[in-house]
Amino acid sequence: MELVMIIVIGFLFAAATYLMLSKSLLRIIIGTGLLSHGAHLLLLTMGGLKEGAPPLLGEHAERYVDPLPQALILTAIVISFGVTAFFLVLAYRSYQELGTDNMEQMRGKEEDD
Amino acid sequence: MINLLLLPILIPLVTAILLIFFKDRVVWQKALSLVAILFQLAASVLLVRRVYLEGIQTLNIGSWPAPFGITLVSDMLSALLVLTTSIVALACLIYSFYAIGKEREKFYYYSFFQFLLVGVNGAFTTGDIFNLFVFFEVMLMSSYVLLVLGGTKMQLRETIKYTLVNVISSALFVIAVGYLYAVTGTLNMAHLSIRIAELGQSSVLTIIAVLFLIVFGLKGAIFPLYFWLPGSYYAPPTPVLALFGGLLTKVGVYSILRTFTLLFYHDTSYTHALLGWLSMATIVVGVIGAIAYRNLRQIVIYNIIVAVGVITFGISLMSPESLEGSIFYLLQDMVMKSVLFLLVGIVVYVTGTNDLNKFSGLIQSYPLLGWLFFIVALSLAGVPPFSGFIGKLLIVKASLTEGLLFEAIIVLLSSLLVLYSVMKIFMNGFWGEKKGYEPKPIGALYVPVVFLILLSVLYGVGIEFIRPFIVEATSVLVDPMIYIQAVLKE
Amino acid sequence: MNNVILRTITAVVVPIIALFSIQLFFAGHYYPGGGFIGGLMAAGAIVLLLIVFDIRTVRKMIPINYQWLIGTGLLFAVGTSAGSLLFNVPFLTHAYRYVHLPLLGKTSLHTAVLFDTGVYLVVVGITLVIIETIGESD
Repeated sequence: MELVMIIVIGFLFAAATYLMLSKSLLRIIIGTGLLSHGAHLLLLTMGGLKEGAPPLLGEHAERYVDPLPQALILTAIVISFGVTAFFLVLAYRSYQELGTDNMEQMRGKEEDD
Repeated sequence: MINLLLLPILIPLVTAILLIFFKDRVVWQKALSLVAILFQLAASVLLVRRVYLEGIQTLNIGSWPAPFGITLVSDMLSALLVLTTSIVALACLIYSFYAIGKEREKFYYYSFFQFLLVGVNGAFTTGDIFNLFVFFEVMLMSSYVLLVLGGTKMQLRETIKYTLVNVISSALFVIAVGYLYAVTGTLNMAHLSIRIAELGQSSVLTIIAVLFLIVFGLKGAIFPLYFWLPGSYYAPPTPVLALFGGLLTKVGVYSILRTFTLLFYHDTSYTHALLGWLSMATIVVGVIGAIAYRNLRQIVIYNIIVAVGVITFGISLMSPESLEGSIFYLLQDMVMKSVLFLLVGIVVYVTGTNDLNKFSGLIQSYPLLGWLFFIVALSLAGVPPFSGFIGKLLIVKASLTEGLLFEAIIVLLSSLLVLYSVMKIFMNGFWGEKKGYEPKPIGALYVPVVFLILLSVLYGVGIEFIRPFIVEATSVLVDPMIYIQAVLKE
Repeated sequence: MNNVILRTITAVVVPIIALFSIQLFFAGHYYPGGGFIGGLMAAGAIVLLLIVFDIRTVRKMIPINYQWLIGTGLLFAVGTSAGSLLFNVPFLTHAYRYVHLPLLGKTSLHTAVLFDTGVYLVVVGITLVIIETIGESD
């Protein structure tokens, strides 16, 4: 199971890298989304995909699942949800203001304030 | 009051929330933010005192015992950094009152200002590596908003790049935490320290250490990860810039300091040597930028990079002396960089340009401004008795003790060239014939600047009084057991 | 969007989604659910309204300032956690007790519910602020 997860994570990272290297801002944002999905999956996998009972006192099981990675991922997901939402609004605003979503045309800087 | 160490995080948080309700009442917003910062300052002074008298303070959030719950830990280093943050924030806030403008104030400027402080103080105080990530994000989210607030074309463009860089580094942070958890099975920093010591620092852990170095290096702008900084810091208005310049990169540097002294200190020949070389490169790149530009803001921005290099170099040496030097330098640099940005902000306000070629002779109309700038220039370069001196002295001394002559010379040379880069502003902008500006009243803008410069001069002159605090802070870094015992109470 | 089928279905479905979101919110105490997911669900219901009607109509239906909603939610969450300061116990320490209520029987009253209420409000507020910000300029 770990092997499958690792392949999936690798695929997500590859796709994210590909998207982030493109010029369109929207693709870049989707790329960052995929990147954080990959990171979250990695966190889950690294916590160990053990099979076992829920980590509750009353269960009396031989093995328990580690609850911590799930809590961590939930936090990380909420954060990346917020950041992605902000990023989308930012991209939209800049599209209105700058008239382009092409990163190539956003290079350099004006020498004024 | 066992929650004392939480107050510097909680006060700005509550204030930020309350400020949401006063969107259109700017006067209320100002009053509330000022009161909050003063309370925060008082709380951090109390905290430093408590830590000095009673040792490291810890708080297990939600009463979950360490290492299972999240622990906040305030040792002397954290407490001092929180105190310095409050001071810098107070100055930047007062400057904002006069310089930020109604338009930004009505779009939650003060609210996000406070959220930023939540993140910064939280990052300094937390004792849990995942919680560090969370506070980093709080800080970054507020910084995105502060950076883009106002919505000029340049701000939008630079915020996109800044956000992208930081989103990627956050993903790397999560990945690094994931790996660390897989190897050690814990996230509490004290517990991590024990586990890593037990396991011995295997090559996997060294890789994780380098991964963390990349993550924190991106925030702290060390070579070669500083590339985003000159662009992003060029865009926002002065008070925001002063706040960023004083606090944001320093959080990255603090994280390197904490992780490299508490967690990854077993294989110094690789990780710390790497950090040492990167620091050297950082100093060189920063100095080149600072000398080459004739643009006020760019000069100061590259000065940030130089300072980061000096501090991380002190960390890489890992001797008590160099760590003490790094802490000295870190604290003074937070204040100095903010004050420098504020001064440059005043100059730009008067002249209306960042370009050094377009004006001169400012000192004829603003003698006070000129001499304040002069003092700051001397402190930056580390001329005794000003505040930059002792930190650099200790770092250079430690470097010589280790036999690193070349590095010591680079640090000393960098001081000289930093002095040159700032004096360039002084000579071209303040001396010479009067041209390129119309005298305007500055009045209240002086208040925060004078306040910070006064403090920094006191910091330099009263070094004997401050030293015990710094020594205390260093002792925890040198001996991780003190930290571990305070957190886990074994 | 002027579509009779969609309008009719929305009128029926929105109250159901709203109820389900509240159910999820309370279920979160012992089972999967909670403030975050409940809030998202409630926001989903309002987004559905926004798609079918326009912003002005929805504002008239639900006259709430969403920015204030975020503030209120955060105040709930932080206020609940900061309550522990009054008793000089660590921040976020929760308190609970079991009581017998008529009809419901043995019920646990938990300060975590208050915290979660805050989360619920914040999530609804933030989602709608984002959508309104983008939608308004069209």
